[in-house]
Amino acid sequence: MAGIGRGLITIYLSIVVLLPLAAVLARSADGGLGAFWRSVSAPEATAAIRLTVILSLVVVAINACFGTLIAWVLVRDEFPGRRIVNAVIDLPFALPTIVAGVVLLALYGKGGPVGIDVSFTRASIVLALLFVTLPFVVRSVQPVLIELDQSMEEAAASLGARPFTVFRRIVLPNLAPAIISGAALSFARAIGEFGSVVLISGNLPFKTEVGSVYVFNQIENDNVSAAAAVSIVLLLAALLTVGVFNLVGRRTFSFGH
Amino acid sequence: MAIEVRNVDKRFGDFVALEDVSMTVADGSLTALLGPSGSGKSTLLRVIAGLETPDRGEVVIAGEDVTLTPARERGVGFVFQHYAPFKHMTVAENIGFGLSVRKRPKSEVAARVRELLGLVRLDGLAERYPSQLSGGQLQRMALARALAPEPEVLLLDEPFGALDAQVRGELREWLRRLHDEIHVTTIFVTHDQEEAMDVAEQIVLMNAGQTVQAGSAEDLYERPTNEFVMSFIGPVNRLGDDAFLRPHDIQILAHDDGDATEALTERIVHLGFEVRVELRLWDGRAIWAQLTRERAAELELEEGQIVSVRLGAARVFA
Amino acid sequence: MATDAAAPILTRSAERSRRTARLGVRTIALGYLGLLLLLPLVMIFYRTFEHGLGSVWAAVTQPHAIHAFWLSIELVAITVPLNTVFGIAAAIALERQRFRGRGLLGLLLDLPFAISPVVVGLALLLVYGRAGWFGTWLTTHGITVIFSLPGMVLATAFVSLPFVARETIPVLREVGTTAEQAASTLGATGWQTFWRITLPAIRWAVVYGVVLTTARALGEFGAVSIVSGRIEGVTQTLPLYVQDRFENFDTTGTYAAAVVLALLALATLVTMNLLTRRNRGTG
Repeated sequence: MAGIGRGLITIYLSIVVLLPLAAVLARSADGGLGAFWRSVSAPEATAAIRLTVILSLVVVAINACFGTLIAWVLVRDEFPGRRIVNAVIDLPFALPTIVAGVVLLALYGKGGPVGIDVSFTRASIVLALLFVTLPFVVRSVQPVLIELDQSMEEAAASLGARPFTVFRRIVLPNLAPAIISGAALSFARAIGEFGSVVLISGNLPFKTEVGSVYVFNQIENDNVSAAAAVSIVLLLAALLTVGVFNLVGRRTFSFGH
Repeated sequence: MAIEVRNVDKRFGDFVALEDVSMTVADGSLTALLGPSGSGKSTLLRVIAGLETPDRGEVVIAGEDVTLTPARERGVGFVFQHYAPFKHMTVAENIGFGLSVRKRPKSEVAARVRELLGLVRLDGLAERYPSQLSGGQLQRMALARALAPEPEVLLLDEPFGALDAQVRGELREWLRRLHDEIHVTTIFVTHDQEEAMDVAEQIVLMNAGQTVQAGSAEDLYERPTNEFVMSFIGPVNRLGDDAFLRPHDIQILAHDDGDATEALTERIVHLGFEVRVELRLWDGRAIWAQLTRERAAELELEEGQIVSVRLGAARVFA
Repeated sequence: MATDAAAPILTRSAERSRRTARLGVRTIALGYLGLLLLLPLVMIFYRTFEHGLGSVWAAVTQPHAIHAFWLSIELVAITVPLNTVFGIAAAIALERQRFRGRGLLGLLLDLPFAISPVVVGLALLLVYGRAGWFGTWLTTHGITVIFSLPGMVLATAFVSLPFVARETIPVLREVGTTAEQAASTLGATGWQTFWRITLPAIRWAVVYGVVLTTARALGEFGAVSIVSGRIEGVTQTLPLYVQDRFENFDTTGTYAAAVVLALLALATLVTMNLLTRRNRGTG
């Protein structure tokens, strides 16, 4: 019976995941390494990849800081409504990405009540990516912070360390693996993000066109080989970060628990 | 049903859990698998139950080779160390599980459950959940559950290990009486030599993945075949490289009668009925002697006193 | 003596500065969440309903909107059961069995988390599309996958694949194998053990995974966008409908459809929280 089960798992995985990915790989290598390189080094493709990577790094940096801060407030602070705030953190996981884009435009788009208009700018991409990747660092750090033995911090304080020193020398080193794994997950997500970006960024080539949108446009224009080549670059970037994530080893991440 | 284990090997990676283990258990007997932790006794029990497959060797139950028979077809009742209760089922559902998976009629299951609840004295707790039971009650529920399908063999893994001392004593007594009543061939694993001697008719002593000696409690105590058996079953003094002496075989004499040797009493410990005297022999060796309270009082022993000691015949293992 | 007298004052001022710091950190964290998550969400609800319920109702009862809604539900109804069965089977295989390729299975299971939805769409196109690997075979047998429901099912299944397995695996590990072994010594077959022992033990994790799978399946945009062809009233799901309305400058229609999806997301959040609490209660 176990054998039949494994057989069915293999067939399902092959149909849904394995074969399609193999097809992308095969297609990107279709014209040999030269063609692959030409597709990837086309000016518009390079610009899109570079923009995606740089903005994803910016987003990861902001996430690492604010994600840790939010986790800290959720675990160590007491204030009315904390439980609700904790629940709301998962909203970006539950909300369809296209809706995330619409929602951000309603407030920060043209004619919004705050009087700023980020649409069609790089800032809008950062905003969208921050929105959809918010939960990763928070949910990685939170369980570690809950388990962290507070007597360690008390011991450091009793030895004369100031609160910031306690945080930097005691808390942060303990949280670092969780922050890194959360950051790696946000990076992988940001690299491939499409739905939340597509409405808000305007998709202007060389300016606000990210990698996934570039791939999408190439598919629409029947330039499938170029789409496949850039897809492979995005895939490798994501896999690399997932590799880092597994290497760091602390798989503390869990949805909403 | 008689059980025979023949030349069984079992490895987990590099760790040798069982090495060439053989043993025989008579039909209807009550046997203890005794040994220190890591000696392979639980693995042997699991091999008999079919929860582990041996790398080599055979398991024979009632004359039939069951080495490759899956656990569910062996007709073996197994009581797990921490009872493995089905937490989402009531006590009655737990006990009836073995019958209901065999698709017995509901009325038959209910009747058997009622009978077993009485046997293990859990009447009135049928609708409770495992989380609402004490350790001793869980233990008896696990036993009733194992007995429900009327197994030919009952296996218990450290059945009293997780209970406090008083409950443990009661359950021991009760397990022995239960065995007298239902006469199912029973093997239980324990690391407690007193428990094994108290409950079992036969003890199989294991060490480092091998059976060391099998026999009655008296056999193992009086006629140990090697140093390990002697020092595992009962207290022991080591005299030379391979000479061993029980503490109660050391006599302290009121008067030197010629063949005694001299010793210094370093410490006297009163343990109720028993008095333990730690002695330093003239050649510097430290031993201890076990005396009754009366004998110690008679001798008026004090610490730091020179006394005459007669050593019984030491057991020498070559 | 002087130090003794000064000590409490010092502590009090230290306590005060600590409280200030804590308040500052709290303000920054909540402010960030408010600006990024909460205010935009409140804004869209406000924008949607500012002209009254009538126009919203008219927008969501458009035939194409209704079709898009039911198509999304249909996708969920097909993919979620598939991925649930697969997820449970994969979790049991990974956690309870030893076999060659186990590491690969674990890796493949994580992949959908790391792959851009657009790449997923492209990948399916390259296998099941007209010019894809199976294109000719599928065409001669009269099967359309791309630009129709099967392709959308595949895309949705791909992106929502890991949730059930990833939620179930830790629970399987935690409950251990002794209860299953006990069932087997009592004569239960593999199936009986699964239905009566294993499944009840992991049921809340499975339900939790199902909720996450549903949310993801309902909201998938990029992959479905590519494989569906976005044919209005035919292969247009609710998220695609949102984009369509947006690009046609139909603000009311965009917001109304977005709010429907946002409400479903909020329902998901509430369910997740109820389940987490329930888990704590029984665990």
